[in-house]
Amino acid sequence: MAIRETVLDNGLKVLVQEVHTAPLASVWCWYRVGSKDETPGVTGVSHWVEHMNFKGTRNIPRDQVKGIIEKFGGSWNGYTWIDQTTYLETASKDALDRMLFIEAERMDACLYDPADCESERTVIISELQGGENDPEQLLDTEVTAAAFKVHPYHHPTIGWLSDLQTMTREDLYGHYRRFYVPANATIVVVGDVETDDVVKRVSAQFGGIASGARKAAVRQVEPEQQAERRVVLRKEGTAAYWKAVFHAPAFADEAFFPLLVADAVLNGAAGLNIWSGGGVSRPQRSARLYRTLVDGGLASSVSGGLMPTEHPYLYSLSVSVAEGGSLAAVEDAVLKEVARLRHDGITPAELTKVNAQLRARFVYDGDSVTDIAHQLGYFETIGSWRNYHDLRARLEAVTAEAVHAAAVKYLTPANRTIGWFEPQAGIGDPGSGIRTGSSK
Amino acid sequence: MTSNGLHPARTVLDNGVTVIAKANHTTPAVSLLIGVRAGAYADPPDREGTAALCARVLDRGTVTRPAEVIADDLDGRGASLSVVTGRHQMAISATCLSDDFGAVLGLAADIARHPAFPDAEVTTRRADLITSIRQDEDNPAPMAVDAFARALYGSHPYARKVRGSVTTVESIRRQDLVRFYQKGFQPHFITVVAVGDVAEEVAIAAIAKVFGDWSSFAKATEDKSASVRGDKPFLSAEALGAKVEGLSGPDAVLVPDAIAPTERRLVTVPMMNKAQADLAYGFAGIRRSHPEFPAFSVMNNALGQYAIGGRLGDRIRERQGMAYYVFSSLDASLGAGPFTIRAGVSADNVERAIASIDTELAMVLESGFTAQEIDESKSYLVGSLPRQLETNAAIASFLLNADFFDLGLDYDVRLPGLIQSVTLEAANAAARQLLDPSRATIAVAGPWIKTATDLHR
Repeated sequence: MAIRETVLDNGLKVLVQEVHTAPLASVWCWYRVGSKDETPGVTGVSHWVEHMNFKGTRNIPRDQVKGIIEKFGGSWNGYTWIDQTTYLETASKDALDRMLFIEAERMDACLYDPADCESERTVIISELQGGENDPEQLLDTEVTAAAFKVHPYHHPTIGWLSDLQTMTREDLYGHYRRFYVPANATIVVVGDVETDDVVKRVSAQFGGIASGARKAAVRQVEPEQQAERRVVLRKEGTAAYWKAVFHAPAFADEAFFPLLVADAVLNGAAGLNIWSGGGVSRPQRSARLYRTLVDGGLASSVSGGLMPTEHPYLYSLSVSVAEGGSLAAVEDAVLKEVARLRHDGITPAELTKVNAQLRARFVYDGDSVTDIAHQLGYFETIGSWRNYHDLRARLEAVTAEAVHAAAVKYLTPANRTIGWFEPQAGIGDPGSGIRTGSSK
Repeated sequence: MTSNGLHPARTVLDNGVTVIAKANHTTPAVSLLIGVRAGAYADPPDREGTAALCARVLDRGTVTRPAEVIADDLDGRGASLSVVTGRHQMAISATCLSDDFGAVLGLAADIARHPAFPDAEVTTRRADLITSIRQDEDNPAPMAVDAFARALYGSHPYARKVRGSVTTVESIRRQDLVRFYQKGFQPHFITVVAVGDVAEEVAIAAIAKVFGDWSSFAKATEDKSASVRGDKPFLSAEALGAKVEGLSGPDAVLVPDAIAPTERRLVTVPMMNKAQADLAYGFAGIRRSHPEFPAFSVMNNALGQYAIGGRLGDRIRERQGMAYYVFSSLDASLGAGPFTIRAGVSADNVERAIASIDTELAMVLESGFTAQEIDESKSYLVGSLPRQLETNAAIASFLLNADFFDLGLDYDVRLPGLIQSVTLEAANAAARQLLDPSRATIAVAGPWIKTATDLHR
C-alpha cells in the first residue's frame, strides 16, 4: 500500500502505487474543477470541456485520440461531477508512456476547433435529454436545485439547457485554459509499474507545462435551511418515485462517518467508490428501510446516498413506489423510520453489523488497479489522498452515540427537501410541469 | 497471472455438478457464481417472466432458513448475494470476504437446493417485478429494444421478453415457480465457480461438500428405491458421458432458426412525453457455436464499438454530433440472438440517424473495412483480455461462460490466437452475411411518430 507522492516544480502532484498482480497500469488525471466552480450563464461548462478534451490535440489527430489506447486493449473514460473532472486510461503496462502522453496533451494542447464545439452542442443536449427521459433523474435534479439556494451545488453537472444553447467556444476554451494547469491537477498511476520510473516519465511528459494557478475556493456557503421544502413533479409516466434530501456534512467533517453508519443502518452499506460502486449490490435486506418499505410491499426499491464531497452536500433517500402503492404511504413510512432513528439511535448489534459491511465494502471498493487509482485521486480532489487510507480508522471510531447525534442534527424536518414524482396517465398534457413550494 | 493464462481447476462431481475454482489473492475476497442452465427460454408459453420471478423469489427463504435469517446472515458479513436470469441461464452470484467463504457458500447452496418459495414472498416479488416492468414502459431504451425483438423474431421464442409483461407476470403462481425450479435446477445443469482468495483445492472440497449429495428431482420421483439418501451417483453412465462430450447442457436446448426478414420494417412506440428517442436497428445474428464467431466479433467491434462506437460512433456521434450514444452489439447465444445497432437521438434527428446508419452499412458492404480498422479492433480485443480478467467477479463470469458454451478451460489462452487469425476478408464476409439495410428491422421509441417518407430507400 506504499504510495509515493511527488510534486513537480510546476506544481503537478504525482501519486504512484505499485500493484503487481496483473500486467496492467491505470492512469488517472484529476482536475480540481467541477460544476460547483461554474458561474450562472455557463453551467455545464466543466462537463462540456471534458467532452471537448477527447477531440484531438496539437499532436494527436482527432480521429486517433480515442483509439490510441484501445490498440493496447485499454479502456478510457472520463467524468465530471460537482467537485472534480477526471480522465482515465487502464491498459497493458507497456502503454504507460502512451497514457501519460495523452494526459499531458490533454492538459496543454487541446484544440477546441469551433466546428467541433458546435457539433458537440447537440451531443451534450442529447445527453441532457436522455437523462430527462428518466423520471428519477429529473426528480433528483429538481430536488437538488430546491435544496440549494446559494451554493453552486444547486445546478446539475450537465448544466441548464439554456446555458448549453448559448455557451460559446470562448467560454469553453477559457475554462479549459484556466483550470487545466499543473497547479490544479493530480496524476495518479497504479499498477504493475516501478515508482521511480513512473516519476521520471511523468516529469518528462508534464515538466514543461507552465504551472498556472490552483483554482480559487468557492466562497458561497449555503445558509441553514429554515423549513422543509417540497417539489412535486406531475408528468406523464408509469411509476411513482419518492425522494428526500437532507443537507449533510462534508467528507472532512467529523459527523460524516456517523451519518454514513446511519445510512447503512437504514439502507445497507454502499461504500465510498462513486466510480464502480464497489461492483456489487449493497447488503440491505436486513436494513430498516428495506424491511419496512420493500418487504412491507410499499416500494420496489429503496436506497440511500451519502457521497464524500468537499463542501457540505446532501444525504438522500430514494424510493421507487410499488405498483399499487402510494407516495403518501411511502413518505409516512420513511419519515417514521427517520424519526425513530432520531429518537432512539441505533443498537450495538446494528453498529457491529454495519461496521462489518462497511469494512467489506472498502475492500470491494479497491478491487482493481483502476479502482485503487480512482479512490486515491478522488479523495485528493476533495482533500487529500491520505483520507483514503484513513477510512477504516474513522469508521472504527464511530460510536452509537455519535450516530444518534448525527441523526438528531441532520435528519430534521427543517433540513429536508422532499420530492414526489407523481405519474400522470395519458399523453399530450402540456400543462404538466413542476411545482415548487415550501411548507413546514 | 493472466499473461500466462488462468489455468483454473475443474472437476465434475459424481452427481454431475461442475466445479471450477481459481485462486486470486489480490484482495481478501471471493466471488462465487452458481450457474444453472435454465433461463427465460424455458418459461411456459403463457407465463413469460416465470424465470425472472423465480430468480427474485429463489433467495427469499429455504426450507430451513426464513428470508430474514438469510438476510441477517448475509448483511452481518457484508456479503452480497443476488440471483440474475438471462435467456438460457440463471446464476446465483455472491461476493464476500474470504473469511466468510465457507458460510456464504453453504448459504448459497441451500438457496440453490432447498428454496421454499413462500407465498408471501411470491406476492411481494411479483409486485416488485411488475413495478420494474412499469418503469421500463416509461423508458424509451427498453421499449425500443423490446419492440425491435418482437418485430425481428415474430413467432420465434427470442421475441419474448425475459422479464415478461404485466399481464403474464400477474398470472404466475407459486406452483409455476416450483415447476420451473424442479425442471431447471438439476445437478447436471449446475456449474459452480469460485474465484478469489481461497486455494483451489480448498474451494473444490468445500463446494463438493455442499453440492455432492444432491440428486435430481426427476430421478427422485422416478426411481424411489435409489433415492432414499442422496449420497449415490444418480446420473447414468451415458448421461455423464454425454456431459463430458458436451452433449447435454446447452445442446439439450434446441433453439430453432429465426425466419430472416425479407424486407425492411419499422415499428414505432410513440412516447410523446419523452425528450429523446431511442432506436434499435438490426438483424438476426449468429449462434455462439458459429465457426466464424471470432470474425463476427471483430466485425462488430470495428463497426460499432472500437473507441467511441467504431465506425458508426465516429461518423454519427463524432462527425455529425447527432447522438449521445451509438454502438452495435452481437448477442450470440444458443440460438442466433440479435445483432443490434442502438442510438439515442433527438426526435428531429431520428430520420437522419437511420439514414446515416443505412449509409454506413452500405459503405461497409461496398468497400469493406480498412485493414487498419480490423487490425485496431483485433489489437483491442486481444489486449483487453488482461484487463477484463482482473477482478474476481469478471474472472468467474468468464469461466462460467466458457463452461456454458463448451469453450474449454484454456479459452483465455486460446482466445488471442482466435482473434489474431481473423483476416480482413473474414471480417468483411461477416459483415456481408449480417448487414443488409434493405432487410433491416428498426424500432423507434420516443417522441416521434413515423412519417410517410421515412423509410424506404
